[in-house]
Formats: sequence, structure tokens, C-alpha cells
Amino acid sequence: MNDAALTVRQVRYTNRAFWRNPQAAFFTFAFPLMFLVIFTALLGGGTVILHGLPFNQSTYYVAGMSAFAIVTACYTNLAISVTFQRDAGILKRTRGTPLPGYDYLAARVAHAILMAVILVAICSAFGATFYHATIPGGIALLETFVVVLVGAGSFAALGLALTAVIPNADAAPAVVNATILPLLFISGVFIPIGSDAPRWVDVLGKAFPVRHLVEAYLGAYYGKPFFDFSWSDVLVVALWGIGGLLFAARRFSWEPRR
Amino acid sequence: MSERVVEVRDLRKTYGQVEAVRGISFHVDRGEVFAMLGPNGAGKTTTTEILEGYRTRSAGEVTVLGHDPVKRERALKERVGIVLQSTGIDPFLTVTETIEMYAGYYPSRRPTDEVIEVVGLTEKRDTRVNKLSGGQQRRLDVAIALAGDPELLFLDEPTTGFDPNARRNAWEVVKNLVALGKTVFLTTHFMDEAQYLADRVVVIADGLIVAEGPPASIAGREQMQTRIRFRLPHGAADPDDRVRRLADGTYELQVEANETTKTVHDLTGWALDHGLELEALEITLPTLEDVYLRLTGSEVGT
Repeated sequence: MNDAALTVRQVRYTNRAFWRNPQAAFFTFAFPLMFLVIFTALLGGGTVILHGLPFNQSTYYVAGMSAFAIVTACYTNLAISVTFQRDAGILKRTRGTPLPGYDYLAARVAHAILMAVILVAICSAFGATFYHATIPGGIALLETFVVVLVGAGSFAALGLALTAVIPNADAAPAVVNATILPLLFISGVFIPIGSDAPRWVDVLGKAFPVRHLVEAYLGAYYGKPFFDFSWSDVLVVALWGIGGLLFAARRFSWEPRR
Repeated sequence: MSERVVEVRDLRKTYGQVEAVRGISFHVDRGEVFAMLGPNGAGKTTTTEILEGYRTRSAGEVTVLGHDPVKRERALKERVGIVLQSTGIDPFLTVTETIEMYAGYYPSRRPTDEVIEVVGLTEKRDTRVNKLSGGQQRRLDVAIALAGDPELLFLDEPTTGFDPNARRNAWEVVKNLVALGKTVFLTTHFMDEAQYLADRVVVIADGLIVAEGPPASIAGREQMQTRIRFRLPHGAADPDDRVRRLADGTYELQVEANETTKTVHDLTGWALDHGLELEALEITLPTLEDVYLRLTGSEVGT
């Protein structure tokens, strides 16, 4: 079999194991939807001022939770799950077979991206049905799709890179959350960054990829007059992804770290 | 001349200041079970993982099936099956799914049913890995290693942590591998395991090979003394000057192997003359364990 066929085959096995693991399926799938319902129930009645215009918060959260779903499926879940597999010796075993390591990791990344796409689709359907968040068509839909793919791929690469600094599986959830939760809060995922947000939150958020993912998604999904879609946001996310990939290529460990 | 499957010359491995393997040479021929026997920390796993391509070596020459394993070539991995000392298996796939997944990485493969049968997991074929016992998971380890129909199998301490029954079963699995024509490189710290399974044994201690040969004659084992033990009724006289009385009341004497028959004859004659019974009479050849303890006892901790 060639590499592509091996990778596709590996994605199928990864997928089968994923759905049989209640924790993985729950945290990846239920979390974003649960947050969407909770946030819209608590805060969805309000509005946020964007470009001087009031924007419905419940509509905003549909995009926020889509971005959150991408981060959860690709960064959080992948980093924790791969660290677990590393510490359990599954990666080491795979390393002793003829399956090239990059095929194995490509399958893990491809599966994570697939989960992200499905999650975003569910969030969008949910939002369209309950929160007046119209699904865009034409160019905007295409742009949204690009944002999802670039975002998912980049955060998957960052998730793999992060495993290189996670000492062991017990520490994985703590390290992953410590790196991502503060960013989620300052990047407009849970709390919209309106015109009145503190300047340091704005500046700090833009130094990291989550804010750019959220901006790109909002811009693509809703567009004017509230948001501007800018390819520069997509580019920043992609550069972070490439950085993560380069770091992972150099430092990724197939065996438990001592 | 038999074909060399593994060839190792003056292998050394240093971790920082510690020299784990201090210059060892050996070879493994096609179709044989080769055992590396030694206590924990002797350098067994380090050596094995160098042969498997997981570790780099500090010095020496290593050839596995004509390849240098450090290059991690796919062509070599396609011909080798590895059972690591401790590895995980995805807990959410079934036995059959797991074996099929791994088999798919190899150009040639054995039928899944046959592999499952060889390791004795037929009844568990549709059971998920997380529902298997430790021993069953270990057998699945072997099944995974067999899935690609390798020529050479590495088994690193395959029965550590097994109960006696599970060990027996595992040994039968290894015997089955030999029947399939596989070459097996085995590490163990169990004497009886090496004795039962191996065609040839090297004893490794403190990073050096201290003995090499077939288990029956390694380190002059066949020339070591035979041990004769028995009990006597209370108050009986000692039969022979050479006999020692042990703390538990058992009598023991050790004689050269070639004097065994004569000594037993003398002893039983003496017992008949005195109207005594030599209770619990046993005659034992030196075990591999005796040899091993003698060899490693003087080497370890020096």
C-alpha cells in the first residue's frame, strides 16, 4: 500500500477507537455544544457593540463555539490523546512496524480535522435552528471552509508540538488547559472582545493564534457590516501551524519521556 | 554453514557516565531460539533495543538480516516482529481488529485466524483489548508481532509478571513459533525459561557476556557435581564421610557426575545392610540456575 492508502486506513481505525472511548467522544463533542447552550442561555440575550453596531450575543456564540470546537478537537484532544498513546507505549510499538511515523501522525491529524469539520457543521446547524445564525453561502461559505481547515490543521500541528513538552500522560490535561484556557478567554471565544475591551487584552490576544482564528471565522461566517474577513488572520494561524509542525518534527517523542 | 540472522561484534552502549553494554559479541542463526539470560540491569533490554533499531549504539558492529538496524529501514522492519518489554495496545479495538490493523502495515501477512490460534486467543477474538487479562494482552503482543509474518522475532522478557500457568502457555506459543520456522531472539531472567525454550544461551551480567552455549552444557554444566539428597529415620548413623547433614535434617552429598552411579549403588547397599529406607531420595543434575548464580554471583556488583 502507498502512504496515502495507509493513512486513510489508519484514519478508519483511529475513528473506530475514538467512538468507543466515551471520554474522548464526550469531551470532544459534548463540550462545545454544552458551552454553546449554556453561554447563550446565560448571556445570549444581550448584545455586544462591534464597529459601533449592536450584535446579538447568541449569534456571536455560534461562531465562538465553532472556533472552540476546532481548538478542542485538534489541539486539546489530540495533545492529550497522543500523550496517552505515547506513555502507554502504543507509539513505540507503531515505531517498530513498517508503518512510517508520518503516516501514523498524518492519520491522527486527519481524524482530528474531520472531527472539527463535523463539530463546526453541528454548531452551525444548531445556530441556524435556534439562534438566528444564518449559514452563509457562496464565497463566504468557501472562506469559512478554508478557515476551518487551516485552523484545524494548524491547531493539530500545535497539539503535536505540545506533546513534546508534556512530561507524562497524567500532566497532559493540566498542561494543555494551562496553555489554551487563558487564550480562549482573551481571544473572544467565551467573551466577545468588543470595542470597549481593555487594550492589553486586545494586544496580548493578537499575539497568539486563537484570536486570529476567531476573527477569521467571524469575518468569513458573518462578514460585514459587523466583521471584516481578512486573509492576514488566516495567514497568522497558518504560520503558527507551520511553526508547530517544525517544532514537532524536531522534538516529537515516540517513547515515554523520563 | 547456517545463515547468520543477527551478528553483533564488540557492541558497546554508554548512557552518560554509565556503560550499560561493555563490548559483547554474539550471533543468532536462522531457525534457532537464542536466549539472552541475565539479571535486571545486565544490559539485556539495551542490547535488544539496539537490535530493534530503537537505540543507537556507542560502538561496535550490528547486522540484523543484512541491515544496520540504526538506519530504521522499512525493508528491515517488514521482516522483523517485535514484542517489547512493556507496550500498550489501543484499548478500544478488538483482538481481531488490532491484529488486522497491524497486519496491514506489512507486505506479507499471516491469516488473522491462524495468528489468533497460534497464541491461543480464538475464544477472545471479538473481545476488546481492555477486557483482556494481562496474560492475554501479552499473547496479543506476540500475535501483533506475528501478524506481518516476520522471519525474526524479538521477545523481550515475554513472561515477566505471569503466573506459572500463563508462563507455560506462553512457552507453548514460542514453541509454536519455532514450528513455523521463525528465528527467535529472547531475553529473560528466568533460568527455566531459557532451559526450556532456547537452543543457545548467552548469560549477560553487568554488560558483559560471561557464558555462552547450549543450556545443557553451558559453562561446563554437564561436568558439575551431581547432588544426592535423602532423609534417614531419627537416630540412624551417618552413612558416609562425604555426607553433610543440612539444617532441615536432610542429608546431602555432592559427587562428580561420572561417579553418580557408583555412589548411589554404595548408598543403597549401605541402606539395605542397615535395614533403612532412604526417604525422599533425589538425584539432581546442576540446574541452569546453579550455573547462572555461580556466573552472575561473582560478576554482579564488582
